[in-house]
Amino acid sequence: MLYIKCPYCGLRSQNEFAYGGDGTVKRPALNKEISDVEWNNFVYNRKSPRGKHIELWHHISGCRQWIKVQRDTVTHEIFKTVEADKDI
Amino acid sequence: MSQTYRLNNSGLINRDKKISFKFNGKKYFGYEGDTLASALLANGVHLVGRSFKYHRPRGFFGAGVDEPYAIVQMVRNNETEPNVRATEQELFEGLEAKSVNCWPSVNFDIGAINNFFNKFLPAGFYYKTFMWPKSFWHRIYEPFIRKAAGFGVASTKYDSERYEHKYEYCDLLITGSGPAGLAGAYAAAKNGARIILAEEKPRFGGSLLTSNVNIGNQSGKDWADKIIAELKEMPNVTVKNRAQVFGYYDHNMLVMSEKVSDHLPKTKKYIPKQRLWYVRAKEVLISSGSIERPIVFGNNDTPGVVLASAAKEYLKIYGVLVGKKPIIFTNNDSAYETAIEFKNNGIEPIILDTRSNPKSEIVDEAKNLGINIKFSHVVVAANGYKKINSAQIAQISANKKDLGIIEKINCDCICVSGFWTPSIHLSSQSGNKTKFDDKIDAFVPGKSKQNETTVGSANGIFNLEETINTSFEKGYELSKKITNKDNKVSIPQVSEKNYTSHDKFWCVPLPDKKNYKRFLDFQNDVTVSDIELALREGYRSIEHVKRYTTLGMATDQGKTSNLNGLQLVSDVENKIVPSVGHTTFRPPYTPVSIGAIVGREVGKHSKPTRKSPMHSWHEKNNAVFVDAGIWLRPRYYKKGNEGLFEASKREAENVRKNVGVCDVTTLGKIDIKGPDSAEFLNRVYTNAWLKLPVGKARYGVMLREDGIVMDDGTTTRISENHYHMTTTTAQAANVLSHLEYYLQLVWPELNVNVVSTTEQWAGAAIAGPKSRTLLQKLFPDKDLSNEGLPFMGYTEANLFGIPARIFRISFSGELAYELNVESDFGNFMWEKIIEVGNEFNIQPYGTEALSTLRIEMGHVAGTELDGRTIPYDNGLDGLISKKKDFIGKRSLNREAFNSKERQKVVGVVPLDKKTSIPEGSHLVKEANAKLPNPKLGHISASCWSVEYNNPFSLAILKDGKNMIGKKLYALSPLKNKSIPVEIVSSHYVDPKGERVRS
Ligand SMILES: [Zn+2]
Repeated sequence: MLYIKCPYCGLRSQNEFAYGGDGTVKRPALNKEISDVEWNNFVYNRKSPRGKHIELWHHISGCRQWIKVQRDTVTHEIFKTVEADKDI
Repeated sequence: MSQTYRLNNSGLINRDKKISFKFNGKKYFGYEGDTLASALLANGVHLVGRSFKYHRPRGFFGAGVDEPYAIVQMVRNNETEPNVRATEQELFEGLEAKSVNCWPSVNFDIGAINNFFNKFLPAGFYYKTFMWPKSFWHRIYEPFIRKAAGFGVASTKYDSERYEHKYEYCDLLITGSGPAGLAGAYAAAKNGARIILAEEKPRFGGSLLTSNVNIGNQSGKDWADKIIAELKEMPNVTVKNRAQVFGYYDHNMLVMSEKVSDHLPKTKKYIPKQRLWYVRAKEVLISSGSIERPIVFGNNDTPGVVLASAAKEYLKIYGVLVGKKPIIFTNNDSAYETAIEFKNNGIEPIILDTRSNPKSEIVDEAKNLGINIKFSHVVVAANGYKKINSAQIAQISANKKDLGIIEKINCDCICVSGFWTPSIHLSSQSGNKTKFDDKIDAFVPGKSKQNETTVGSANGIFNLEETINTSFEKGYELSKKITNKDNKVSIPQVSEKNYTSHDKFWCVPLPDKKNYKRFLDFQNDVTVSDIELALREGYRSIEHVKRYTTLGMATDQGKTSNLNGLQLVSDVENKIVPSVGHTTFRPPYTPVSIGAIVGREVGKHSKPTRKSPMHSWHEKNNAVFVDAGIWLRPRYYKKGNEGLFEASKREAENVRKNVGVCDVTTLGKIDIKGPDSAEFLNRVYTNAWLKLPVGKARYGVMLREDGIVMDDGTTTRISENHYHMTTTTAQAANVLSHLEYYLQLVWPELNVNVVSTTEQWAGAAIAGPKSRTLLQKLFPDKDLSNEGLPFMGYTEANLFGIPARIFRISFSGELAYELNVESDFGNFMWEKIIEVGNEFNIQPYGTEALSTLRIEMGHVAGTELDGRTIPYDNGLDGLISKKKDFIGKRSLNREAFNSKERQKVVGVVPLDKKTSIPEGSHLVKEANAKLPNPKLGHISASCWSVEYNNPFSLAILKDGKNMIGKKLYALSPLKNKSIPVEIVSSHYVDPKGERVRS
């Protein structure tokens, strides 16, 4: 079980969090004309990198904040966690 | 029976307390402090089971967790439990155990015929034999395997024992209380670290309990006792025995299973049988010791062949002789301790040492005691079926390839030692890249990946002085890192005998014209020839060889067999062991009972139960409840002899005719505040929200980004910047996370806050033509006329002194209102509604009537919004704004979503107007078409229409709108039904929606 440092609450066990997928995906702006390919990439296509990965976690049983976590998908090492509006 | 193999005075057992127990129905005696294994051996019982594949007689091999054979079925406190190792099970008064894997009895086992047909059971025999013919699998192979295989029988009863989970945090977790663990724990504890010291056995001390050493001028055991006593008194120390750390997981999370009550005849009230500890440790000191490995020889599985260290443990801890005519067969010095122990107790052992001329203190001591030692000698094979009676021995050449003349000597046990294997399971599980240590022919921990350090023999250090010194040092270092303190304790002096090196010899060659079975894996019956066959058949990777032959795959995980298996593969392949590599170590280190893993989360404790504030009223009024997510909701209120059908029909009819009240507290409620709330809702919902006035509610549908409907509900504008959103019961938590996601990550510029208020409000839906009159009586001062509070209107009012919210919204399709009060007043509100409503013939209605009302009105709900449908499928086209963008809109352009063939919601009525259509039935054109019959759609919800008094269903049907008026069949192979039906509009009752506006 991972030990995740919520930027608001401190180190907490993984079972307080929900996984939120790739943290680098940017939703296309509203009302913007975009191609099918662009939209499908946003909705469906995700990379599954081996190694460092920036991902979202939601502290659902804690402060209810979405946070960004940089984690190694092989070793599970967590390098950094930041608030949702910050970049890693 | 008398304990003929029990010594008169040695051991750590309590001879003042005699204990009676039963094995295979026969009564025996042992002492307090015995294990089931030591007590049976004291009584001369060596035959305890039959082997897995060949059903060969099996006895005891070890004295602890490494035991591959002595697995028994326990009967304790009227419960039966399989897979219990007799070497670990402590004796208690009245203990009962049985042999497993034998039928009809351990002495006469029909399965043993496998032993004589063994050429049909080679490596991979499951894969080869049971492949063909296919029809045999079900009738012959599977029943055969089921009867023949297994290490016991699981109980079919509900487990009434209590299991607990515990979460713990510490600076340092120490796994094992041998010399390394005690030294590390003591140094760390004295330096202020919060430590947990876990010992798998009942007694602390590990190897110090059985070795002849001195630490700080006292015996090893006395030193261990003193350290443990001191540790137990320290406030920063937790000491646990019978506690096995079995798994090392990510981020220094370790799991330990503590057997709290297994050693007692009965679990005490409020005390668990077992407790699972989840320990998050800043640092871990692995001091799990090492396990002796055997030397492989012919018939080395015969009862009476035991590990030399186990024989010593039975002598020194339990005062039990595993035999009275022992052969000690060794390639190293440690087994000499066993021989000397026998000798000191008046038994004459013979030592067969594979080495030609070892020189060390302990070899000299054995010589001086006059022990018969045969150097350069090996055991070729054991003789005897159910028990050893003699051994074939021979001299072996210097190159270890040739055997001399074979002679037979009498013996009743062979104590074998092939040197020691460090227990690297935990460090390997932590991600440590292990390395092969040529000096000890075994793997040791390499570079740590997590915060773990291995000390003592688990790290390949077999010298006590070095173990004590390095462990004190590590305990101090690690604690200093955490506590920043600098209290160093002095390291005690150690005196021990010096050992010389072992012989790199692990397998006795077969003599000419002999084909003895030589077992590598004793629990899964894997022999040398099985591995050789697998290699001849082309298996190369050790992971494949393992799976094909099942080497190391039994419940002992190959603790005694893995290394010899690797030696064999490397010999045959002409490789060195490190290049063969070892298979992955995976938790658990020892079997853990399912009960312990599940803990207290069983039955109704497997999830929380949420009840509405009106729950007790429902109970008092004969409600029959149904699970709605984790909520309990009244399904119907039983009157007299009514069943579900009659009761729900009565309740629904009363809503259509008079007035009914339904508990809707479980609906998800989200409070939304902030100046940008309207803009936010406009982006979340598919319809327009910017112009909703204060005091008005609106129905809305929200999508996922892929265009699928996520949820629906009404949201009300309470004041300028304040909205009250409702969600379905099931989606409440997901919708909140969804809103938070967009507010925190996608549109952080929006000034909006959301919070769940589901539990803050109690809700009651009042529905039916008489609902307004009833409401007017509840709120006499309020203008509740159609003009004063129109459809989708909202107002606040005073319910006999309690602030209340009134929403004019309807799920039933009737004139209806929803009342909300703070949860604490929920029951008060409910009772007032019933009390005032009596004159209008009010009746409470449950979820079944609620469904009936919505189905016949054609209101879509969870069974239509099933995570596969888009708004167009559900006739919600009118709610899709053309003018603005919203979450998921772009996906609605997808070609498949706009196909003519697309499914739509329709109504379905059986032609006979009598036969109810089972939910899930498929709609097809022809009832008897060739299979697979093309499916046009499925029935999503069914009810008995109270308006028309006949069955009515909703369905999701291909090209649904153009199918109205067509005749199809509803097929339910599960219920064996084929029903001719007609497709109608989904709005079966009041299609214009006049009633809700009346
Ligand atoms: Zn948090």
